[in-house]
Amino acid sequence: MRYAMAIDTKKCVGCSDCVVACQLENNVPSGYCRDWVTETVHGSYPNIEMELRSERCNHCDNAPCVRCCPTGASHIVEGGVVLVTPNMCIGCGACIESCPYDARFSHPDGHVDKCTFCIHRVRKGLQPACVSVCPTKCMYFGDLDDPSSEVSKMLRTRQYKVLAPEAGTKPQVYYLV
Amino acid sequence: MASRRDFIKISGLGLLGLGVTGGAWSVLRASTAWEDLVAEGIRFSPTYCEVCFWKCAGWVYKNEKGDIQKVVGNDDDPHCNGRLCPRGTGGTGMYHDPDRLTTPLIRVTENGKQTFRKASWDEALNWIADKMKQTKEQYGPESVALFSHGTSGDHFEHLFKAFGSATLAGPSYAQCRGPRDAGFKATYGAGVGSPEPTDIRDTRCLVLIGSHIGENMHNSQVQEMAEAIDKGVDIITVDPRFSTVAGKSKHWLPIKPATDLALLLSWMHVLIYENLYDKAYIEQYATGFEQLKQHVRRFTPEWAYGITTIQPDQIRATARLMAAAAPAVIVHPGRHVTWYGDDSQRSRAIAILNALLGAWGRRGGFFLKEKASLPEYPYPPYPQPRWTWRDTLDGRYALADEAVTNTLIEASIPKEGQAARIKGWVITGTNLPQAIPEKGKMLQAIDALDFVVAIDTMPMEVTGFADVVLPECTFFERYDNLRNAPFREPSLALRMPAAEPMGDSKPAWWMAKQLAERLGLGAYFPYKDFSEVLDWQLKQIGSSLEEMKKTGVIRLPRKSDNLYIKEGEPMSFPTPSGKIELYASTMEQAGFDPLPNYIAHPEPPEGYYRLNYGRAPMHTFSRTANNPNLTDLMSENDLWVNPKVARIWGLENGQYVWLKNQDGMVSDFSIKVRITERIRWDSVYLVHGFGHNRKELSRAFGKGVSDTQMITAVRTDPVMGGTGMRGNFVTFLMQEPTKIKES
Ligand code: SF4
Ligand code: SF4
Ligand code: SF4
Repeated sequence: MRYAMAIDTKKCVGCSDCVVACQLENNVPSGYCRDWVTETVHGSYPNIEMELRSERCNHCDNAPCVRCCPTGASHIVEGGVVLVTPNMCIGCGACIESCPYDARFSHPDGHVDKCTFCIHRVRKGLQPACVSVCPTKCMYFGDLDDPSSEVSKMLRTRQYKVLAPEAGTKPQVYYLV
Repeated sequence: MASRRDFIKISGLGLLGLGVTGGAWSVLRASTAWEDLVAEGIRFSPTYCEVCFWKCAGWVYKNEKGDIQKVVGNDDDPHCNGRLCPRGTGGTGMYHDPDRLTTPLIRVTENGKQTFRKASWDEALNWIADKMKQTKEQYGPESVALFSHGTSGDHFEHLFKAFGSATLAGPSYAQCRGPRDAGFKATYGAGVGSPEPTDIRDTRCLVLIGSHIGENMHNSQVQEMAEAIDKGVDIITVDPRFSTVAGKSKHWLPIKPATDLALLLSWMHVLIYENLYDKAYIEQYATGFEQLKQHVRRFTPEWAYGITTIQPDQIRATARLMAAAAPAVIVHPGRHVTWYGDDSQRSRAIAILNALLGAWGRRGGFFLKEKASLPEYPYPPYPQPRWTWRDTLDGRYALADEAVTNTLIEASIPKEGQAARIKGWVITGTNLPQAIPEKGKMLQAIDALDFVVAIDTMPMEVTGFADVVLPECTFFERYDNLRNAPFREPSLALRMPAAEPMGDSKPAWWMAKQLAERLGLGAYFPYKDFSEVLDWQLKQIGSSLEEMKKTGVIRLPRKSDNLYIKEGEPMSFPTPSGKIELYASTMEQAGFDPLPNYIAHPEPPEGYYRLNYGRAPMHTFSRTANNPNLTDLMSENDLWVNPKVARIWGLENGQYVWLKNQDGMVSDFSIKVRITERIRWDSVYLVHGFGHNRKELSRAFGKGVSDTQMITAVRTDPVMGGTGMRGNFVTFLMQEPTKIKES
């Protein structure tokens, strides 16, 4: 099993519903977020191209944040989902430094926090909160090892990219372009 | 000079009382996930969202203790299809906001200084009822005006009609969609209405004139646009700003601001003179084609190029693209369209284009909407008022279909030797100072009025001008009317309390009923609890309140099978001729151009930039600017500035500047500069609804600039009284204005 997400940049309107849904689902303290929206603009008026992306932890196949964690708080569970166990985390911040995507933050309770792919929901057969709320239905989540999953289908039929492939982390959030 | 009605700060009053939470009860549904949640102690209660006017139905999730946790879209609801927008998802912040109003307040003068003191409901209601009675006796009930927006307004409207006043208005008309509805009515015999009957999910070509779907989160429209993108829709966006949807468009036409009508006329020219229009449709359903044809003859793409700066070949290419997709094409009527004062005529042009393309009543164009026939509760008949809002038009704005807020404001200001007609205001659910431009006139009126009552959930600016403030509970804590909005299929949605009202706040129906009883109008409120009305109505259609609590939404079959006009089917339109009037007889009769014309609008003076404003997906008007969930997403607006302009002024990204407009109005607060290629060099852009000047709004106070404050030049639409607000120009002040004065 390999959980992954595909996000269609052609449909995303950058509304941040995914952000607020995550904050409420996961009790993310005010002023912090586990997912966020990025806008990239190229060109100059009136020849402009823009991409909107909902970003989060990429649940990398080759995760530097897990390797560098001195306590084992950062670990990998089913489907390749990267998690942090709060009471094992000493808040040293090595993982924050190692992540090329700035996906982790120091939670005010003293541990490091980030996106969990809503594994608590996924285990119940639900979609991650961000995926389930997105008004444009531009996010697809599922098992890449299952060829009939929506995410597998999207990656078969559409062009896609990942962020910072040069970092060699093998990210598992794919952007349909 | 001290004003009779100083703007009072509410500070320190009405702090949150202890919230009493409601009894939990469960809803069982077929889905296993739902059952799991119920097993975990989660309880659901149905509502429809009041963060904007789209009114999406949802489920409020509560934990075992009955605390509200979140709200999620109702899968059966055609307005949201199970997915709320960010404002709806974050809507619980309205309930949890610690800055909420939770007690009635009365204005008093202490030691020569005006202030608010806490009051009991009895005291506050008696005060208002006395004022209303006195005004009625002295001047007639019509002299008390109601300003409202949203569902809580329904209850006060009912009260006012029972009282004998039809002096009722909302900014949703003259400050927003009024010109659109007037323009479409003159053409098709009916306005567009809400939600718009745009068949976006099946369209092949979507044309947006300044409308920024995706930044305005009119939920099902955004959803359908995404669906259409999946199906390969061609989007044409006309906007001087590279909006979100411009980034998803096949053609983005970066038009010179205020010239849209020239482009629309040249599109008509191309469709007609290249024989691309729907001849059979026009022949069967429309009148005035020959006049239109003559009229647009000279409006060539070359003519429009000189005005709009859009290349002629691009004008032709886009017109042909629309024609190729027709009738599955939508030239979107937009929603907030009070821009330049000729907005009804621009809307007419949009209506005509849709007719030429045969889009009205066609799949992928506009569907023919239907709403549920829900019997009205048998209230006693209303008395006939001696005069209504229409009389305040004084012969102007002949095609106004709804009240114009501004003429009510004018009618509240005494003129030389002449008393004002309106003596008292009740304002509910609308923050007038952030919604209506030309604040000066509003302040004059407020100063002259005998009394002002404001009803709100939050200490918005408008409450600072009131004599009495009534704290309304949020939509999470109250019953309101069933949502019955026309759409593809009729549906009803229920809103019920998920929790007890916080502190001493109360639902609108309760306040209206209490006032009615004090005014001797108890017969109009013959129930203990508003839920009785809903139950009665639902029983008339074979359901009940108990039943609806389990589903939240009821979908009903259409009574007519004409979602679209069938090929060649005879069709009568509610216009004088019974046809689509390309040449509008109602306009002609009222003395307006029966065919739209382009007129040039003022341009920015040297060193000034046109102030454009719009929406962000995470906020609604000024209403959400203090919502803790939503300020987390966006806490202030920023000022979009083209890099060329930034270079001239030496502006840097993230720098704060103050704005000054053409009339010397200086913004109360500063705004963060955002240098971006997405904006034209002749304009700046900011999101509406920020720049709050009440400290009681702890998160919103002083954040960003209020566009409404900077709109001092209004160009009024002679057709229906809409306030054109996009003819204001601003320049940058690098230093805090008071410091400039001192030096
Ligand atoms: S909710 Fe969907 S459309 Fe909105 S920003 Fe997130 S991914 Fe994009
Ligand atoms: S995105 Fe960052 S935090 Fe997430 S797995 Fe990769 S390296 Fe670790
Ligand atoms: S569109 Fe958003 S804010 Fe408006 S009613 Fe729907 S969920 Fe609420």
